Amino acid sequence: MPDEAAARPNLIRALRETAVTALLAFGLFLPLIGFNTVQNIRNELVLETRWPLLLAIVAILAGLRFLHLVVVAPLMAERARASSRPATLPTTLPSWAMPAVIGFVLIYPLLAMLIAGPGAGKWIDNFGIQILIYVLLGWGLNIVVGLAGLLDLGYVAFYAIGAYTCALLGKQFDLSFWMLLPLAGILAAFWGVLLGFPVLRLRGDYLAVVTLAFGEIIRLVLINWKDVTQGSAGIGGLPRPTFFGLPFNASPDGFAARLGLEFSPLHRPLFLYYVVLAVVVLTAIVIGRLRQLPVGRAWEALREDEIACRSLGINTTNAKLAAFASGAFFGGLAGALFTARQGFISPESVNFSESALILAIVVLGGMGSTVGVAIAAVVIIGGTELLRELGFLKQIFGAEFDPAQYRMLLFGFAMVLIIAWKPRGFIGMREPTLVLKRRKAIDAELREEHG
Amino acid sequence: MEIFVQQLINGITLGSIYGLIAIGYTMVFGIIGMVNFAHGDVFMVSSFIGLVALLLLTTWIGIGSVALALVIVLIVAMILTSLVNWAIERIAYRPLRGSFRLAPLISAIGMSIFLSNFVQVAQGPRNKSIPPMFTDIIVVMKGNYDVTVSYKQIAIWVVTAVLLLAFWLLVSKTALGRAQRACEQDQKMAALLGVDVDRTISITFVIAAALAAVAGTLYLTIYGVVRFDDGFVPGVKAFTAAVLGGIGSLPGAVLGGLLIGVIETLWAEYVSSAYKDVAAFSILAIVMIFLPQGILGRPDVEKV
Repeated sequence: MPDEAAARPNLIRALRETAVTALLAFGLFLPLIGFNTVQNIRNELVLETRWPLLLAIVAILAGLRFLHLVVVAPLMAERARASSRPATLPTTLPSWAMPAVIGFVLIYPLLAMLIAGPGAGKWIDNFGIQILIYVLLGWGLNIVVGLAGLLDLGYVAFYAIGAYTCALLGKQFDLSFWMLLPLAGILAAFWGVLLGFPVLRLRGDYLAVVTLAFGEIIRLVLINWKDVTQGSAGIGGLPRPTFFGLPFNASPDGFAARLGLEFSPLHRPLFLYYVVLAVVVLTAIVIGRLRQLPVGRAWEALREDEIACRSLGINTTNAKLAAFASGAFFGGLAGALFTARQGFISPESVNFSESALILAIVVLGGMGSTVGVAIAAVVIIGGTELLRELGFLKQIFGAEFDPAQYRMLLFGFAMVLIIAWKPRGFIGMREPTLVLKRRKAIDAELREEHG
Repeated sequence: MEIFVQQLINGITLGSIYGLIAIGYTMVFGIIGMVNFAHGDVFMVSSFIGLVALLLLTTWIGIGSVALALVIVLIVAMILTSLVNWAIERIAYRPLRGSFRLAPLISAIGMSIFLSNFVQVAQGPRNKSIPPMFTDIIVVMKGNYDVTVSYKQIAIWVVTAVLLLAFWLLVSKTALGRAQRACEQDQKMAALLGVDVDRTISITFVIAAALAAVAGTLYLTIYGVVRFDDGFVPGVKAFTAAVLGGIGSLPGAVLGGLLIGVIETLWAEYVSSAYKDVAAFSILAIVMIFLPQGILGRPDVEKV
């Protein structure tokens, strides 16, 4: 422990740094928090002040800075001195975790019905099905970003292609959902290859920006090609999944009537939940197998070092196209399942912030980690839905409080923090699937640039 | 003919704004090899700062002269936006030096999401519009249709030209510019030779933000409206401009900006205004795939 004499200059230094932080925070937040631009009764913009809010934010930031300097930083320095290796979270889950999770996921809708009764539809639909769809999207993008290391900012385009495949083919040719589901995946994969071809030569940042451009082009075409896509109005009344040809409605030919059950609006979400779950489980198995295959190993090698990959004779073209295609395939499936859930699709559902949200799931879950991405999807999507449910938040923050705005604010900042602090995510399974048992010491110079 | 000339004038004006933003992309990419994805949002934030400053001057203090008010707004926006970008670099990019390749880009995307949502939450999701100012125009060509140039447009051209000249001199003639170019080539070597790399990078971000603030203020005065998501599309277009002109080159960024601005307005006039953004994004994809070194840039050598 440092003695009194040494502690005092530290305290003064901390106070000075805190003052600097407070001043900076004041300067940063003065224009946009200190002042609010509002329209007055004559439709003119006028300024209102929000001094208490500004001071509160400055005080909180200064307080955090002070706390960090006085309490956290010495503690971390102490810990670093005490043990040469930093404490890490256990990277493997206990053996009972997997069966427990699978069991819970299987009985979740029944639990929801038991507890919530007739109101269970919301819990099965908004929480269950929606989260599972995002898990699927996260895994699809994880193949491209986490495994192959290709940053795709237009991933939502494949989701759109899957959804619009369902919508257009379903309406035009009267195909059933069960025909459309694989078609959506296959068509999305085809587009994945098509859009993957031109960007093969690009790397890193350029690849990201071009995929972003592709995603935006597809969205703008969906908005403007009104003859086919009905523009921003979207397409409704899409085919819903049937139970071996039995639709989920109250008609005499419906599922409930034929099986001699009492009709319940819960049957459809319940059925859809298990359909989506089956697709998700299948995806998990496929991705697990893909990682063991040569192409999966090629992806991970590609992520670590493309040039080394090429010089070892790996066909990087095929590996990249395979990554784009399989990522797009799962995106397409997710799009089809989305239309099955909503019965409606519009370009509004496929804008850039949706891509950013899926990317946030992948980054926060730890790029490359299948389990981590699933957990991130549950936390992020479930957390947002929970916030929506909390009525008292509306009483505190006013009726206009929309957690969706704050969630993106939080996730944006969380992405910045996670990348700086734990670039491998909270569950660090970004380790290569195949490693040498005995680690060799290599030059720090070599390690720094790669990975 | 008259319509063509008028659209050319409008295009050059729009292109000047893209060019000013593009300089920020090109300088940051040059020095740390990263697409500063949040730069478009910094531009949007600067526009909001300009809006607040303008309202403060006109409705609270009641400055009579519009020109004087604009100069003050410009200076305030430049200073505060520089502070914002300096803080962004410290928080989001500096801790990532030496991290894996995609780390700064992902961090920048996070920052971009944060900035636009911050403005949405802090200032509301609606369009913010100001009454038109500087409405005087000059008729340059009479015909079936009078071709006009507004004072605002002339002001934008002059400001862009002066700033380009000033910053080009800064980068090519001063010690700071030399330090920047040294960091561009090899940061480790530059540090060994006594260049303060961190400081140089910080100054680059400050300059980029100051130019974005000029663009943001000019954008606000000429279009009179700004919204929280106005950073995304202009940002992508300005990045297209930077790549088209040759990334790392200051005159290239302005040239690219002018080209993109002119192509966009002519496309909107003669082909389809609904698809004008599709045109811009297509140019982006085509240029990056087939002409990644741009018009004035040097081909990038892949180093192992």
